[in-house]
Amino acid sequence: MQIDLSVQKVTKRFQDFTAVDSVSFEVQTGRFFSILGPSGCGKTTLLRMIAGLTEPTTGAIEIRGKSMAGIPPNKRPVNLIFQHLALFPMMNVGENVAFGLQRRGENKTVIREKVHAILERVDLSGFEDKKIDQLSGGQKQRVAIARCLVLEPTVLLLDEPLGALDLKLREQMKVELKKLQAKVGTTFVYITHDQSEALVMSDAVAVMNHGEFEQIDTPQNLYAQPRTPFVAQFVGDSNAWSGTVRQRTESTAEIETPEGAIFRTKLEKTLEPGTEVDLFLRPEAMLIQPDPSIASLNRFTVVVKSILFDGANSRLLANPLDADKELLVALPQNRQYDYIQVNDKVEIGWDKQSGICFPKK
Amino acid sequence: MKSQYRWGLLFFLSPVLLWLVLLIVLPQIDLLIMSFRAENDFGELVWSVSNYLIFFREPIYWLTFVRTAVYSILVTFLTFVIALPIAFYITKVVNPRFQGFLTLLLLLPFWVSELVRVYGWMILLRETGVINHFLLKLGILNQPIEMLYRDATMVLGLVYTSMLFMVVPLLSVLDSLDNSLIEAAYDLGANMWTILFKIIIPHATPGIVSGSIVVFMLTLGNYLTPNLMGGKNSLWFTEQIYNQFIASFNWNQGSAFGFLLLFLSSIVVWLGLKLSRRSLRKVVQ
Repeated sequence: MQIDLSVQKVTKRFQDFTAVDSVSFEVQTGRFFSILGPSGCGKTTLLRMIAGLTEPTTGAIEIRGKSMAGIPPNKRPVNLIFQHLALFPMMNVGENVAFGLQRRGENKTVIREKVHAILERVDLSGFEDKKIDQLSGGQKQRVAIARCLVLEPTVLLLDEPLGALDLKLREQMKVELKKLQAKVGTTFVYITHDQSEALVMSDAVAVMNHGEFEQIDTPQNLYAQPRTPFVAQFVGDSNAWSGTVRQRTESTAEIETPEGAIFRTKLEKTLEPGTEVDLFLRPEAMLIQPDPSIASLNRFTVVVKSILFDGANSRLLANPLDADKELLVALPQNRQYDYIQVNDKVEIGWDKQSGICFPKK
Repeated sequence: MKSQYRWGLLFFLSPVLLWLVLLIVLPQIDLLIMSFRAENDFGELVWSVSNYLIFFREPIYWLTFVRTAVYSILVTFLTFVIALPIAFYITKVVNPRFQGFLTLLLLLPFWVSELVRVYGWMILLRETGVINHFLLKLGILNQPIEMLYRDATMVLGLVYTSMLFMVVPLLSVLDSLDNSLIEAAYDLGANMWTILFKIIIPHATPGIVSGSIVVFMLTLGNYLTPNLMGGKNSLWFTEQIYNQFIASFNWNQGSAFGFLLLFLSSIVVWLGLKLSRRSLRKVVQ
C-alpha cells in the first residue's frame, strides 16, 4: 500500500504556546482519515501545516514521499476545503471550479470539459452559470468539493466543512461525502470535533487533545478499546466511576467504588491492588433487568430519574441506590421496557468484558 | 396621526432643506442664468451662448480643461495605486492591535488645514528648502534646484491631499474580505498577482469606485494645491474660473466655466460607473 501523506514529529509553537506537539501519522492511498478533537486542540493548525498555509516549527511532512518543506501552498499537490468553504462570491459556479485549472494554464476546452465532468460527479450538472448566493448549503458544499477534486489532488484536506449545516443536511452530507470518497478514490484527511462524523465516514480516526494524538485506530476500536481516559470520554458517551483495585487475577480485577460496591472488570494491562482507577461504562453495556440466570454480571439497583426518549438513541437517567451520581443507561426501543416509570427501582447488570479501566493520573 | 408625523418630519428636515435651497440650489440657478447672459454690442445684457462659445474658440481654455481632466484622472489612479497596499497592510498584514493606531496616523495630517499642509510641502521642496539643503550638504547637488512649480510636484501634492479619501473606503471594504478567500485562491494554485486581480480587486470594487469618485471630484475642484504647488504654470481649470470672477470681474464668463467643470466631472464619474458596471445608488450606500 502506498503512503500518500506522512507526517513525522510535527510541532508548531506560537510564542510560548504549543499548538501541535510532535504529531506523527501516515495515511495510505485512498483512505478516509479523520482527526477528531475538541475545539482548540490544534487540529486546524495541523491541517494548515499540511496545506502549506503555516510552516511547522519542527518535523517533516511528506506527500507521496516528497518533502513539503518550503513548498508554498500553490505548489503542493493537496487542496483544502475551508470551514466556511471560501467559495469566491465574485465568480459563478463554473468559474469557481475552473479557477485552479486556469491557474495551471490548461486549454479552455479541456477546462470546460473537466468542469462539466466534475459537476456531474457531484450531482450539479448545469449549475455552471449559477451565482454562489443562489445555492443552498449542501450545494455550496459540493461546489467546494468539486473545486478541489477537479485538480485531482493527491490528498484532499477538509476542515470541518459540515459544521455550518443544519442537522438533517449534515446527516445526509455525511453519507454523501463517504460515498463520494469511495467513488473518486482520493485520499481524504478530514478534521472535525463531531465524533459521529468521524466514526461514520472514516477508515481510521486519530483522536487529538492538547496538540497531541491520543490514539489512532479504526472507529470500531476507538469505541470498543479506547486507550486513554480522554478517548473513552470523548468518543461516544460514557459513565465514569472512580474506584480502587482490590484483588486481581490474570485479566480481571475487583474494583471497589467509594460507596463500597464491588465490580469485576477485565484489565487491559496489569494493575497492582491499591491502584486508584477510573472505570468507564458505555450506556449500552448496562442491561436493564438482566436474566437472573446469568451469573457473571455485576448487578446493582438504580432509581430512574427520568426517561430520555430519543428514538433509537433513548436512555434512562438513573441514580444508583447507594451512590450520589448519575448514570446513562441505554433503553432499547423494542417496547419491552415501556413499563418503566420515573422513580421506579430497576436492576442493572453489566458484563466484566464491557468495563474499561484506566489508572488515575 | 399621519399629518402629525408629516409636520414632525418637515420640522426636522427644514434646516437641511433651507441649507440646500438657499445656499446651493438658488445660487446655482442664479449662476446658470448668468452663464447664459452676455453683453451685446450696445453693452446690454441679453440671452446668449457666447460665454460657452468663447470656451471652444480659445484653445487656452479648453486645453486647460482637458489638462485638468487628464491630471485629475492620473491623480485618482496614483492615489488608488498607493492607497491599496496601505489599506491591505493595515487590514490584513499588521497585528490587529496596531490597526487603530495606524489608521490614526493616516488621519492625523488631516487635522490641520489643507493650506498648512501645502505650506509644509513648500518648505520641504522650495529652492531654499529642507530637501535642497540636505542634498547640498551631502554633496549630491552643486546648485539648489527648484522643485516647486512643476507638474510632478503638483501631482504629488494632489495625491497627498486626496490620500485619506481613498484609504478609508478601501479599509472598510478590505476589512470585509474573508482571509480564507485569499488562502483558498493560494491553495488552488494562484500566485500573488492572480490573487490581487481575481480576488482582492473584484471584492474591493465598491470601495475603489466610491473612493475614486470622491478623489476625482476633489482633485478636479481643487484650487489651493495646484495654485500653490504648481504655481502659475499649473493651468488648473479652477484658476480660470477664479480669474474670470475675481481678476476680470466677468461673472457671466466665470459661471459658464463653472458649469462646464460641473458637466465634466459628471460625465467622467458617469463613464467610470459605466466602465466598472456599478450604479450610483450602490456606491452611495
